[in-house]
Amino acid sequence: MSEHDYRPKSKVGQWFNDRLPLLTLANHLTDYPTPKNLNYWWTFGGILTFCLITQIVTGLTLAMHYIAHADMAFESVEHIMRDVNYGWLIRYIHANGASMFFLAVYIHIFRSLFYGSYKSPREIIWILGIIIYLLMMAAAFMGYVLPWGQMSFWGATVITNLFSAIPLVGEGIVTWLWGGYSVDNPTLTRFFTLHYLIPFLILGLVVLHIWALHVPGNNNPVGIDIKKPSKDTVPFHPYIVIKDGFALLMFMIVFAFFVFYAPNILGHADNYIEANPMVTPAHIVPEWYLLPFYAILRSVPDKLLGVVAMLSAILILAVLPWLDTSKIRSAVFRPLYKQFYWILVADVLILGYVGAMPAEGLYLLIARVATAYYFLHFLVILPVLGFKEKTLPVPLSITEPVLGGSPNLAAARNKESKIE
Amino acid sequence: MSEKKIKRRDFLFTATTAVGAVGAAAVVWPMIDQMNPDASVKALASTEVDVSSLTPGNTLTVLWRGKPVFIRRRTQEEIDEARSVKMEDLIHPEKDEDRAINPEWLVMLGVCTHLGCVPLNDKGDYNGWFCPCHGSHYDTSGRIRKGPAPWNMEVPKYEFVNESTIKIG
Repeated sequence: MSEHDYRPKSKVGQWFNDRLPLLTLANHLTDYPTPKNLNYWWTFGGILTFCLITQIVTGLTLAMHYIAHADMAFESVEHIMRDVNYGWLIRYIHANGASMFFLAVYIHIFRSLFYGSYKSPREIIWILGIIIYLLMMAAAFMGYVLPWGQMSFWGATVITNLFSAIPLVGEGIVTWLWGGYSVDNPTLTRFFTLHYLIPFLILGLVVLHIWALHVPGNNNPVGIDIKKPSKDTVPFHPYIVIKDGFALLMFMIVFAFFVFYAPNILGHADNYIEANPMVTPAHIVPEWYLLPFYAILRSVPDKLLGVVAMLSAILILAVLPWLDTSKIRSAVFRPLYKQFYWILVADVLILGYVGAMPAEGLYLLIARVATAYYFLHFLVILPVLGFKEKTLPVPLSITEPVLGGSPNLAAARNKESKIE
Repeated sequence: MSEKKIKRRDFLFTATTAVGAVGAAAVVWPMIDQMNPDASVKALASTEVDVSSLTPGNTLTVLWRGKPVFIRRRTQEEIDEARSVKMEDLIHPEKDEDRAINPEWLVMLGVCTHLGCVPLNDKGDYNGWFCPCHGSHYDTSGRIRKGPAPWNMEVPKYEFVNESTIKIG
């Protein structure tokens, strides 16, 4: 790669770079050879980095005005909304930013699922991503507790009580998490501390995630290994930077729509009522991005097994690279997988929908079927499909389907027209 | 290398590791234990409630250790209903006689044993309580009858200080 023989032009640059090779790193990042066929689904990595930085900056500024105390937290949030200069703007960006973060991460994850980005040699990138996703959920959950509204309080109560399902030590763990006999001030202060810490842990993991990515390089829509650099690649700057920048701009329009026109649509009105340990709201519903897992939790009639099912639904993703036995990465060349992929997307959307509905009657039945299918997809369909599926011929390079001149050309053309 | 030398090294290595491990554990434990309930939380261990105004068929809800406690003055029908249930019909078999020493008074934590929500009074399929969060039904003795909760609502330690005062905790 080019950075091996990189040498800064200026004398000062050379002097500095010999002592701390930051300029070599910068050169690696700008020249980094990227597959030239990356589509817009690949721009969400950059968008997610933007989301993380937005949350950290707005979070830091909110922390300057927020008071982490059970008697004052709710009022301090109202103080931010009414009195602090632009407090409303910063808080709405932060609150909706969490939703935008999850929107982007779900697209990012489903991109990986479609194009097989989790497969060898990118398993570590994928697992780091799952850990980041878990930390995001923890951060989002604890952040939601901080305004100390009714949903904050009861969400915290329900989620921490999940640990009470653990045999023998469960109750002790819950008391330890609470720092008392119920969710109260000690719980709030520690959640604030952890909510402050986690984004920086995520930041560190993002560095590892990108580092691990830069070892094999990006996967691409065709899903084949490519030579780097070659005629199949373009340098990251300016090609990908411009493309990511344009996608980010589009994303920010959606973001701004929520912040300015519908800042509360993704939240719950109940959270504008101060926490009351005596009354549980009639319908406790988590934030939209957790609904599919909530539906899985409620679809199992046993407490412990419900918790186990919910956690398994997330952790099963970590072993996905070994559950998917197909050597072909991209769903473009996997006609059967492509159909199952879309069924899975629908299945997760259905789980999200029933997760928001009361757990009874038809909704409960649908939740159970959808939960069973979710696990069926990962535990049965994917392993079997790798052996049974007749995949389409894969081109030898990214350039080939465009320029022709290979034995695979006819097949590639045929495929291309099918995709359209 | 002579055998003696290796042994000496091994001893130093093992001893150092052992001391290091004990030291690390001694540092980690306070860090973990500081999250457990502190002295001020533990100090709020009991509360006294005046129940003289409570008429049969009504429930008083009081806060104890940050959790709601239901004090139900039961009607004769409710008592009969609770006491006539067969043990084999119960998910978590407990006699009503053991849960309500004085049959007229049922005192229990108003906390659903599923995930900790507060169940609603006079609701559900068993005329007792119903948890709106995940649909657990409790009977007139606060015992779980239907839904995901694994246990009956917990009866805390309590006593009648006099005719009209209950001390919880």
